[in-house]
This record gives sequence, C-alpha cells and structure tokens, in this order.
Amino acid sequence: MLVAGIDVGSLTAKAVILENGKIKASAVIRATPKPDESARLALGAALEQGKLKEADIAFRAGTGYGRKKIRSADAIFSEIACHAKGALADRPTARSIIDIGGQDAKAAIFDENGQVLRYQYNDKCASGTGRFLEIMAEVMGVKLENMGELALAAKNTVRISNQCVVFAETEVISLINAGQEPGAIIKGIHQAMAGRVAALARSIGVTPEVVFTGGVAKNKGVAAALAESLGLELFALSIDPQINGAFGAALMGAEQAASGKMAS
Amino acid sequence: MITAGCDVGSLTSKAVVMRGDRILGSAIIRSRTKPEETARQVLDEALKQAGLSQKDISKCVGTGYGRERIDFVNDTRSEIACHGRGAKWLVPTARTVIDIGGQDCKAMRLDENGAVGRFVTNDKCAAGTGRFLEVMADVLHVPIEELGKLSARAKAPVVLASTCTVWAQADVIEYLNAETSIEDIGGGINNAMAGRVASLANAVKVERDVCMTGGVAKNIGVIRALEKLIGQRIVIPRKADPQLAGAIGAALLAQEGS
Repeated sequence: MLVAGIDVGSLTAKAVILENGKIKASAVIRATPKPDESARLALGAALEQGKLKEADIAFRAGTGYGRKKIRSADAIFSEIACHAKGALADRPTARSIIDIGGQDAKAAIFDENGQVLRYQYNDKCASGTGRFLEIMAEVMGVKLENMGELALAAKNTVRISNQCVVFAETEVISLINAGQEPGAIIKGIHQAMAGRVAALARSIGVTPEVVFTGGVAKNKGVAAALAESLGLELFALSIDPQINGAFGAALMGAEQAASGKMAS
Repeated sequence: MITAGCDVGSLTSKAVVMRGDRILGSAIIRSRTKPEETARQVLDEALKQAGLSQKDISKCVGTGYGRERIDFVNDTRSEIACHGRGAKWLVPTARTVIDIGGQDCKAMRLDENGAVGRFVTNDKCAAGTGRFLEVMADVLHVPIEELGKLSARAKAPVVLASTCTVWAQADVIEYLNAETSIEDIGGGINNAMAGRVASLANAVKVERDVCMTGGVAKNIGVIRALEKLIGQRIVIPRKADPQLAGAIGAALLAQEGS
C-alpha cells in the first residue's frame, strides 16, 4: 500500500511516498501561491521520481502551513506532530527537534511515542529563518549553497550585534566596507543565525537527543554554530532534512489508514 | 546663555544652537561612519546658520546613539530625556510623545512639568522605524518624502499581513507585480507602519496631548492612520522641524543642567 505525505510550506512543497514504512520516492519543489496546486505538483514530482502511479496511492496526508487547502488530502496533521514523527522514525533516540525552514523556525520536544510535549515556533520575524541566510549570501556575493563551507573554513569571526535581518544587513555592509575578512563575517552571520534559533530552542528546554531538520539543516555551518550555541550535540537525519515533515505526515497517514482498515 | 545640542543618530544627525528659548541655528545631515566627524559637521552647519562659532557656546550636550564618541561635548544625556524635553518645547501641552527615528521608535509619557515617566522603546526590530518606510519607498521607487502623501490618494489601501519588514517587502513586491496602484500600496505601507507604532504607543497608555517627533513625523499618511488607531489627535509641532526634538532637548538641558 502506498501512502503519500505532502508538506506545503510557503516557499517549497515536499512530497514523500511510503510503502511499508520505507520511502519509495520523494520530491521538493518551489511552492506556487496556491497550496492545493503546490500539493499536486509536489506529489506529481514524487510519483515521477519513483516511477509510480497516482492510482496506487491509497492515502494522502497533508501538513504544513497550506495544509487546510489541500483538497485531495484524506487527513491533515500539524507540522510539529509530523516532524516529531519523522524524526523519531529515523532516529528512535531523538527527543527534540529544531527545524529551520525558508521562512520560519520551530523547536519541539517529544516523548518516545512521538507525543509532542512542548513546542515553540517563529513565523513572524525573518531573523533565524532561511531568509536571513539568503539575504546575507547576496550581500556577501556568495552562493547560498557555499555559505556553510565558508563559515566552517573561517578561522576568525566577527560578531554581528543586530538580530533584525534589516539592521544586520546594514551592519554586514559596514563590516565589508570597513575591510573585515569576508570569511570572518560569514562565520559571524552563521553564529548570529544560530544564536537566534538557540534562544527559541532554549525557551522550551530542548533535551538530547536533538535532531536538526529543515532546508537550512543542509548548511553545515549553521549546524556547527547551533550545536555550539546550545552546548548540545545536534544529529542529522539519514534522510534529506527538508522532507522530514512530509515523511512524518506519510507515517501518520499510514497509521490512520491502517487503523481505518482495522475498524472497518 | 547660548548652548548647543547634538543628536547623533545612526541615519541622521541633528544640531541646534539656542539662546534661552530661541533657536538661533539648526542643521540635519546624513550620519557618516564616524560619529565624531558627523557631530562636528552638523554642529558647524548649525553654527554657520546662527552666524556664530564654537567659542560662543557656553555648553554643548550630546545625545543619540553616538553620543559617547563626541569629544567636544561637555555632557551627554539619554535620548529619552532629550526627546522628552524637546517635545515639551515643541508642544507645551504634550503628555505623550511618540518619536520615530531612522532605526528606532519610542513612546513616552510626560507629566505636567515635562518630566518623563513611563516609556517604551524598540531599537531591535526594523518594523515601526524609519527604516521600514525607507525599504518600502525604495521598492516603490518613490522618494521617502512623497510616501506620506500617497495615503490621501489611495482608494483601497492594501493590507500588509506581516509585521516583519522582510516579509512586508515581499508582500509589496507581489502587489506591484499584480499592478496594484502605487497609492493603494503606499496607503497600505503607511497603515502598516502606524499599526506597529500604535502597539508601542498603547503600551504606555496614550494621554492627550499626543505629539510626534523624529523624521517620520513628516509622513502625513502615518500620522492620520496612527490617530485612528490610538483614538487621539496627534499634534504636529510647528515651532520647528520635529526631527530636531532630541537636539533641542539637549540644548535646553545644557542650559538647565547642573
């Protein structure tokens, strides 16, 4: 039985297709302004990636900020619950998650069954989200994909005192004009990012083991800075961190589908 | 007694030369990288306007974020104290002062003697500061001085769902791409700004007369929207440019100081 999990965010939509708990196909696409359309496109891309047929999908689970608009969803689940589910399935010893997306950041702690105990998210302020890095990469004249490596490679760092993306951008420009080492500035940018997210995570008291997910988890510089800021080890998932929400949704969908079958 | 006040902000710096209650000269310039240089330059311009020189000044007080770096001032005072004092001079009946600068905003209550009571400030988030308007004016390709006037010509001001300057900027770009009129977008921008400022102002419980100081006091669109949100008329200072409030307060405190 194939089950699909679809995570519709504001910048990207992700789809994961599971069979017996194993990922058979997945896709990440740019979201359109219409969540329902994004969901369809993401699922379509995953089906193509796995050479699967839409008719074979027995159950569709939706999550993400656009979930209520996914017309084809058989069930929808909260993002936090899906993230916890996915993290736990990939790493049974996980008890906390920090997820940084393109436009938001969340932290949650959960028990061994995936029951979410506490969570906190920021979807109001661009600071501590992927957007911060995007803007800084542009200011530094560096490709976003290279930012993490450059941060790791830098020996020195420069402290960026502003948390607000708008003010930090001006501060970085001043640092560049003052002739500061680009590598040190980039390291400082990653530390500023990490500081903001660590504060969010600390506010709910994240405890080991902490997994780091979301598109920004692919940035090793942020991962390192965040671990340092928290004083805790951060674990990566074995799957693409960006699809964890969709993965969790699919798992929750599979459970619901199975219990539905048993009930009838 | 002739005194001077220097208000060194992160975006603009202001200087005022006063004799007693009268302004003899003033200046507003764009801040440069070094506060000392900017302070020197803006004071020189104010002195020039007054037809005076440094030696004519008995005392100079500095304020603003760069105040500790100005070597020629006799004393420094907090921005809150200077803005409160300056607002009292500008609008003697003021009991609530809303100051919106280039990178911060503050709301404060004054008692009947003009002493500052409760106050709240925001210098961490760009929303609700002059920077928000600067960013948006840039996206619209409208000079910032013209942004305020757009509200009056707006038929259906847009709603900017996000408070954050970064997200609001993205919203504005979308509206532009959808060919919404500049007036409707401008109106929406001014309203959004007013919304953020109103939250701050309401935190000190607004009491009349309410006056606005700082550069954004020149944006009529924000003022009108803010009046609706706080339910009070906002008195616009006429005696002098509201952007000079901090420097005026500093110059007056120089006369009154111990």
